[in-house]
Amino acid sequence: MAGTAVPRPRTRRRGLDAERAEEYRGWLRQMILIRRFEEKAGEAYSLGKIGGFCHLYIGQEAVAVGSLAALRADDYITCSYREHGHALARGLSPRAVMAELFGKAAGTSGGKGGSMHLFDASLGFLGGHGIVAGHIPLATGMAFAIKYRNTDQVAVCYFGEAAVNNGAFHEALNMAALWKLPVVYVCENNRYGMGTALERASAIYDISERACSYDMANEVVDGQDVLVMHAAMERAVERARADKHPTLLEVRTYRFMGHSMSDPIHGHYRTREEVEDQRKRDPIAVWSQRLIEEGIMDQAGVKALDKEIVDEVEDAYRFADEAPEPAMEELYSDVYKES
Amino acid sequence: MATRVVMEALSPTMEEGRLVEWKKQEGEAVAVGDVLAEVETDKAVMELVARAAGTLLKQVVPAGATVPVSEPVALIGEPGEAVDNGKPTPAQKQQGTQPAPGPPPAPAAEAERAAASAPAAAAPTPEGRVKASPLARRIAAERGIDLGALAGSGPEGRVVLRDLEQAPAAAPTHAGGPPAPHPILRTPEGAAFTDVPLNQLRKTIARRLVQSIGPIPTFYLTTEVDMERAWDAREALKTLGDGPKVSFNDIILKAVAAALRQHPACNAWWQDDHIRYWHEVHVSMAVAIEDGLITPVIRNTDLKSLREIAAESLDLAERARERRLKPEEYTGGTFSVSNLGMLDIDEFTAVINPPEAGILAVGRIVEKPVVHEGQLTVRRRLRLTMSCDHRVIDGATGARFLKTLKAMLENPLAMVW
Amino acid sequence: MPTLTYRDALNHALREEMARDPDVFLMGEEVGVYQGAYKVSRGLLDEFGPMRVVDTPITELGFAGVGIGAAMVGLRPVIEFMTWNFALLAIDQLVNNAAKMRYMSNGQVGVPAVFRGPGGAALQLAAQHSQAFESFYAHVPGLKVVMPATPADAKGLLKSAIRDDNPVVFIEGEMLYNLKGEVPEGEHVVPLGKADVKRAGRDVTIVCHSKTVAVALKAADELADDGVEAEVLDLRTIRPLDTEAVLASVARTHRCVVAEEGWPFAGVGAQVVDTIQREAFDELDAPVLRVTGADVPMPYNKQLEKAAKVDPAKVIAAVHSVLYRD
Repeated sequence: MAGTAVPRPRTRRRGLDAERAEEYRGWLRQMILIRRFEEKAGEAYSLGKIGGFCHLYIGQEAVAVGSLAALRADDYITCSYREHGHALARGLSPRAVMAELFGKAAGTSGGKGGSMHLFDASLGFLGGHGIVAGHIPLATGMAFAIKYRNTDQVAVCYFGEAAVNNGAFHEALNMAALWKLPVVYVCENNRYGMGTALERASAIYDISERACSYDMANEVVDGQDVLVMHAAMERAVERARADKHPTLLEVRTYRFMGHSMSDPIHGHYRTREEVEDQRKRDPIAVWSQRLIEEGIMDQAGVKALDKEIVDEVEDAYRFADEAPEPAMEELYSDVYKES
Repeated sequence: MATRVVMEALSPTMEEGRLVEWKKQEGEAVAVGDVLAEVETDKAVMELVARAAGTLLKQVVPAGATVPVSEPVALIGEPGEAVDNGKPTPAQKQQGTQPAPGPPPAPAAEAERAAASAPAAAAPTPEGRVKASPLARRIAAERGIDLGALAGSGPEGRVVLRDLEQAPAAAPTHAGGPPAPHPILRTPEGAAFTDVPLNQLRKTIARRLVQSIGPIPTFYLTTEVDMERAWDAREALKTLGDGPKVSFNDIILKAVAAALRQHPACNAWWQDDHIRYWHEVHVSMAVAIEDGLITPVIRNTDLKSLREIAAESLDLAERARERRLKPEEYTGGTFSVSNLGMLDIDEFTAVINPPEAGILAVGRIVEKPVVHEGQLTVRRRLRLTMSCDHRVIDGATGARFLKTLKAMLENPLAMVW
Repeated sequence: MPTLTYRDALNHALREEMARDPDVFLMGEEVGVYQGAYKVSRGLLDEFGPMRVVDTPITELGFAGVGIGAAMVGLRPVIEFMTWNFALLAIDQLVNNAAKMRYMSNGQVGVPAVFRGPGGAALQLAAQHSQAFESFYAHVPGLKVVMPATPADAKGLLKSAIRDDNPVVFIEGEMLYNLKGEVPEGEHVVPLGKADVKRAGRDVTIVCHSKTVAVALKAADELADDGVEAEVLDLRTIRPLDTEAVLASVARTHRCVVAEEGWPFAGVGAQVVDTIQREAFDELDAPVLRVTGADVPMPYNKQLEKAAKVDPAKVIAAVHSVLYRD
């Protein structure tokens, strides 16, 4: 099984819709932005400008970009601690996200959250969360609030495949199905929970089957193809918004980097060959190739876009580097809300 | 402009990495994410990947080198681009040194309250400390009542509030009375010990000596020197009349300096990641002072005459005892001499004064029977023990130095040979 | 003023707050159809319907998290744990999510939720059902911990807890549900963080909370017969602790006993004693003593259980000791 994480796309390949060219280019832009941002974050980490844990999203960009593109501005999003990419795809500014990684006052959480705790309540981006599976009930609660208020918002929860063995996952999915809550659970199956392969941790291989226990809609999605990801997410979001039914999406993807910055790219738990093999389906290459083939972009256009993004990321880095530290009074602020 | 590839912190605790093997050679094309080299961290062998695309212009360090985090290891750029050694300009370097945030403000009110509630000290009585509740102490102090005169009714004679209720109020105590004697100045009779707080100098000595005997792998070499001719030479110098009195220690300092000149391997500093061999000879001399010791340095000892050394050592020792040495006068030595001969010590081992790699311990000159030129005779003899930092000085290296030193003391003209 | 049980006082608080604010809802095991495991939620399902009185599966972690998630987007859930013994399954949600969300998000996202249910021992429920956990939660910055001892306080504190914008751990007493007392009608709100002198006295302060308040009052009655006037100070809120009230009382009496139901090690009383020795050192005429539950898992046997619990005799013995009356 090893090395075969990415299934053949289920959707039959069709031509791209020329009228959506701008949207397609936007996806590529976001994916490259995440890639360049994460590369820069890795560099900053290695220079000691970012501390603590730092989990990079390189390799999984199509998942956040394709799925978040299917959401509305008033939907709620929660993520695990590997959430830089989701934050950027949701529209948090690279400057604010980089500043948060640097622990600066201009960061998304004023430097008090860090890499694992990015928030922007104004965008419905309700956190990166550091306890595996601990945030799955939170998204379920947000969906409960949507139902309580009888609006047509959707709550979305991102987590890794290792979270599905945790009780919080099952407790949350049971209630979501029982109460018919408008929530989409996006399981990013990158095949490894830290260094433990899926098949060494889970009694069943297809995570989507877990949904069957709760009579919940589910789908296996090719997470390396942004178009496929987007289409699957559109179906799930529609099911939540219109039919008030939750969905579990098992998105097959791959992390090209180590679990965190202190983990080697392959280490003892996967082979160099496997990583190199997976890199052949780099989601950015897959999508830019597609856009070129379909005449929506050309090579020069992709290169120019990349250059523009590199400059944007450099600007974010400079901004974060030069931004002031939080004031020392902030140590004691926001522990409680004073009534 | 070429992009610098730096040694990256590949683990949270990594401070330096050993570049095990280059995976890309100079002139090869590299893409972002390509493995440039394998790096051994404190935890594992990791890959150093390229964060820029182009051509590997230069490997700044060879395979096998250990490089601190953030120091350059390679340059990537366009073929033919001019390259430097990748060292950052001062401005670049500054980027890496953000001021660390200061300590968080302590909840000020709490600290103040804590200070304010420190207990008032009760006067100790000849029988020892009076036990009293904090409340009883406070009220006794306010009313000027001598707690020691009361019989406490609490557990183990603790004076509590009710014991004070009948006590007569005494004249209030004067805040301006004579100060209590410093505990150091009083030696209670029969006391097993006196606790004396550490002063800064003592703390520094402790820290540095622990630093020495702990992590420094020291070994010791001892030799015995015949001092008859040195004795005669000193007597002869005395007859010259003018100038400072030359001590045996001065002669030893001079001899040590001359011997170090011949054995530079012993004139060195251990520097954690390198050894610094000095081209100059600066001998430190240990001077006992009232509450410790200090090691003033005679700069360029090997270039000075015995007369200059004698004058300088006298001056340094005097000012050391008066604690008037400037920092530059007791730092920067390359080798030390410690002499306890005047205190009748036959021989001893001295603790190395890091980063110096050696120290010579000088005992007293003693007349004793020895076999000299086949005859049992009484000669003046001196025992010298050298402590060596084995990371710098090996056994034979130290032994050769000592042999030269011995030869010089036994034949003083050899010093100027 | 009407006389109500502690149980009904809580019920009134819930009913009034749910009527006042449509964002307030009650969620937990058996709160609806069953009318509450301890009947605290009696009648609420009929009055407010199943969307606001929500029966959950037995899934403490899950519904605690659901409540926190709902609070993150502006609802004001009251999450009922059938007992706090079961809530240990949810402590990750309280400590890692509820307590930290506001800080981690730099004030963007708060959790205005109440977690409530009975804590401490009842009668012969044995080791897993007889535990006082207030010190666990009081340890955590970001949480408030409230423990009413009387029907009036139960109503007034629960109303304040529901209106508070922070996560509140609200621990009731299973043995208190039938306790009767006068309870003001309507808008009766007791502020969080304020202790209450339940009986005034000049010789010794007995600091207590929840069930030990009744124990302390009984001890004070007996001590009065003996000529000792004990002041009974009910903390009511464990965090934030009303240190001002504690210190003021100790400044009057100079002697203090702290009684609590939980285990001794690192208990609430340890925090109270720390405050007193640090900030009222010169007021003390004797060391502060603590009376706590025995340092053992609760035994089932009736005699052993009694020996493990705080009772008036133990409090009186401690009072005698700090008064040096042996």
